[in-house]
Amino acid sequence: MADLVTPETENEAASLLAQTGSAAVAFKGAGTKADWGRPPNRLDLIVRTTKLTGVIDHAAGDMVAVVRAGTPLAQLQQVLAANGQQLAIDSPAAEATVGGVVAANVSGPRRLAYGTIRDLLIGVTIVRADGVIARAGGRVVKNVAGYDLGKLFTGSFGTLGLITECVFRLHPLPGTSITVTAPVDDPAQVLTAIRHAQLTPSAVEIDMPSGVPATLAILLEGGAAAARAEVAARLLGPDAVQAVPPWWNSYPWTAGGIGMKVCVPLSAVPALSTVGVHLRGSAGTGVLYASVPPERVAQVRDAARKAGGHSTVITSPQLIDEDPVPGINIMRRIKNQFDPSGRLAPGTFVAGI
Amino acid sequence: MSAIAALAATLRRHLPGRQVITDRQELRTYECDGLTQYRVTPALVVFPHDAAECALIVKACAEAGIPFVARGSGTGLSGGALPHAEGVLIVTTHMRAIRAVSVADERAVVEPGVINLDITKAVRSDGYYYAPDPSSQQICSIGGNVAENSGGAHCLKYGFTTNHVTGLEIVAPDGELVRLGGYALDPPGYDLIGAFVGSEGTLGIATEVTVRLTRLPQAVRTLLAAFQHTDEAGAATSAIIAAGIIPAAIEIMDALAIEAAEAAVQCGYPEGAGAVLIVELDGHQADVGEQFTQVVGLIEQCGSFEIRLASDDAERALFWKGRKSAFAAVGRISPDYIVQDGVIPRTALPIVLRRINDLATQSGTRVANVFHAGDGNLHPLVLFDASEPGAAERAEEVSGAILDLCIEHGGSITGEHGVGVDKAKYMPRMFSDDDLETMQMLRCAFDPASIANPGKVFPTPRLCGEVPGHRRGVHPAVAAGLAEAF
Ligand SMILES: Cc1cc2nc3c(=O)[nH]c(=O)nc-3n(C[C@H](O)[C@H](O)[C@H](O)COP(=O)(O)OP(=O)(O)OC[C@H]3O[C@@H](n4cnc5c(N)ncnc54)[C@H](O)[C@@H]3O)c2cc1C
Repeated sequence: MADLVTPETENEAASLLAQTGSAAVAFKGAGTKADWGRPPNRLDLIVRTTKLTGVIDHAAGDMVAVVRAGTPLAQLQQVLAANGQQLAIDSPAAEATVGGVVAANVSGPRRLAYGTIRDLLIGVTIVRADGVIARAGGRVVKNVAGYDLGKLFTGSFGTLGLITECVFRLHPLPGTSITVTAPVDDPAQVLTAIRHAQLTPSAVEIDMPSGVPATLAILLEGGAAAARAEVAARLLGPDAVQAVPPWWNSYPWTAGGIGMKVCVPLSAVPALSTVGVHLRGSAGTGVLYASVPPERVAQVRDAARKAGGHSTVITSPQLIDEDPVPGINIMRRIKNQFDPSGRLAPGTFVAGI
Repeated sequence: MSAIAALAATLRRHLPGRQVITDRQELRTYECDGLTQYRVTPALVVFPHDAAECALIVKACAEAGIPFVARGSGTGLSGGALPHAEGVLIVTTHMRAIRAVSVADERAVVEPGVINLDITKAVRSDGYYYAPDPSSQQICSIGGNVAENSGGAHCLKYGFTTNHVTGLEIVAPDGELVRLGGYALDPPGYDLIGAFVGSEGTLGIATEVTVRLTRLPQAVRTLLAAFQHTDEAGAATSAIIAAGIIPAAIEIMDALAIEAAEAAVQCGYPEGAGAVLIVELDGHQADVGEQFTQVVGLIEQCGSFEIRLASDDAERALFWKGRKSAFAAVGRISPDYIVQDGVIPRTALPIVLRRINDLATQSGTRVANVFHAGDGNLHPLVLFDASEPGAAERAEEVSGAILDLCIEHGGSITGEHGVGVDKAKYMPRMFSDDDLETMQMLRCAFDPASIANPGKVFPTPRLCGEVPGHRRGVHPAVAAGLAEAF
């Protein structure tokens, strides 16, 4: 059994890593993604971030927040909302920590309007495998000094170091939010029409259970939302209603099943319905999630690849081979630089990194 | 035969005649980029026609241990494309094809030498555009934009180059051709695209770039407001942002910058203005209409003495003309000037502007201010006359002190022009040794031999032992005092 430690400060986390030599370490936030990725090859120590918490600064006038990585996202949002602001990211897991959201590159419906966490993270502090504390980026939105290590650490799943502090660019909370939802027979045609209507939606989501018509849901936020929602409803057809569908911002799989992420060019989204699995996600950006029975994994893969995209297994009870990862040689060299003894979450990342 | 002559001979075998340049006179054409005070004549200049030729050149450099520097249009303002005296300059001006446009997928695939504005020209009739709009967009290349993570006036709302690149083909410094991402988002593994964009040519050469195309907004409204003082213009900016409005652009020019612009392009800004503010809103018709009324109200409350609304595209272009020509316009009122690029938190605008003014007064120099107010990106233009003894040094000092002000207020030493060769010395003021060493671990992963644009970004190069902790003996460069081992 691996030991569990919960450092209370960044310095404590740093000395812990410096002093534990080559012990295999995994980092953990709230543990909402404990079943993501592959299990580690070896594990001696689990370092939890749940005491590295707190919003250090909310500079409302600058629309920037500095926050410790173990802070629950919901708590951060509460602090920001007091000044009418938000970190514009959706996390399907409500308890997720800020650091976990960054390390796992979590995104949801509103990525269409605001981008993903890589686009919102403007500064980062990390503790390296050897215990050295380092920063990159800063506290201003516009900044090109030095390498953007924040992007490198986004989605790195704790394989390069421990994220201890994040600086985010914020957005105003929209005054009005309206979601228009409808089942549609021809998603391709409706999606094109929506795009041409210049409605600047914040999200265009699709739910495609296998064998039944797809449902589209369109989120309009901010000024003139009602007027724009009216146009959206017209384009969606007579069955359109103003309601947030129950599946909004959730993955289609159930615990213990296989969950995949399927990313394709925009125009290829509707045709994914022919793969025969339950897909759901952002039709506006081409990033979807699939609940996949074991015998369909290969088919989902092929469909993504043929469409000019790619797929990854997010969670699975059994090990599944992956597609070759472009740039893997460089990725391995990056891993070797940051973690020469291969002690950080060994074997959990792509291609066994 | 020297190593360079041997390399030239090798390359000539593969690349016909005019693609490899060794003539001293011709080489000198490429001795500097947009920052002309740094000049180095490259040993060799090559013009690849495609990715394969690029890879061949880089591989030959890697095998010979010869440094290479990429160059796009050479408009960079930090000396990023400054050649290496014993190295190869790889110029992408023959790689200017737009390979594919897919409006249905909202993507374009372009070669690195393609001019920024040409992408928009290619897709505008379909109702799309390429959003990042550096003021140099009529001449700068996408490869340069990728390397510098360039921004522009409209980046406040739409983001920088890094937010618009979804795929890259790169030649890594060992000559390996690698494709990353494409039309689809979120490629698996580490975000190598995110790491590469903004790396200033130090991680390899981009040979193909896939960019996001953005739907043209239904409506655009632009206004120009005149104030007595920059403080009021700054307050108006804060008030607009605080109201929850994110304009497409908010720009401010001060009195001296206005004077220069008037002299150069006769933009006809309101007489007697101590500052002008340009605000552009775009989006859905109804939304923009609502916000515009609100913005006009806020600007009036902040003391504007004249507000002009652009009634058509021609008038909008006139508002922007003064702003977009500001750098060059300063040449009309001063024989020489330094273009500075620093960032501060938006709320620090009034205090920092006052302190810049104090700095100028104390040193007897003039500073014109032009800035992307929405994101706190300052472009102070420090004016001087190089024929006056000591003037250049004084200007340089003021310009450096402005960066210190930016750092002191929690900002950055560069918002869009990059570190290059010019600001490497300022990096330790913003980052600790550990920070810089950690960044260079990324560098070592891409370029262990340190041949891709060496001497840029980092003040002290880091040696990349293949297996850290297993180095035997002292590296010759350390022994020679050329580098510091970590
Ligand atoms: C009048 C004027 C206005 C400007 N306004 C702005 C502005 O508003 N915003 C802004 O951000 N910048 C601005 N700039 C700066 C400059 O235009 C940008 O940095 C631009 O991106 C440089 O492009 P380039 O093709 O000229 O690159 P170059 O100057 O040729 O090169 C810049 C850097 O990119 C590297 N590079 C070039 N091509 C490649 C490639 N294919 N792969 C890898 N690395 C490569 C070079 O090695 C160098 O480090 C301005 C410059 C001028 C002269």
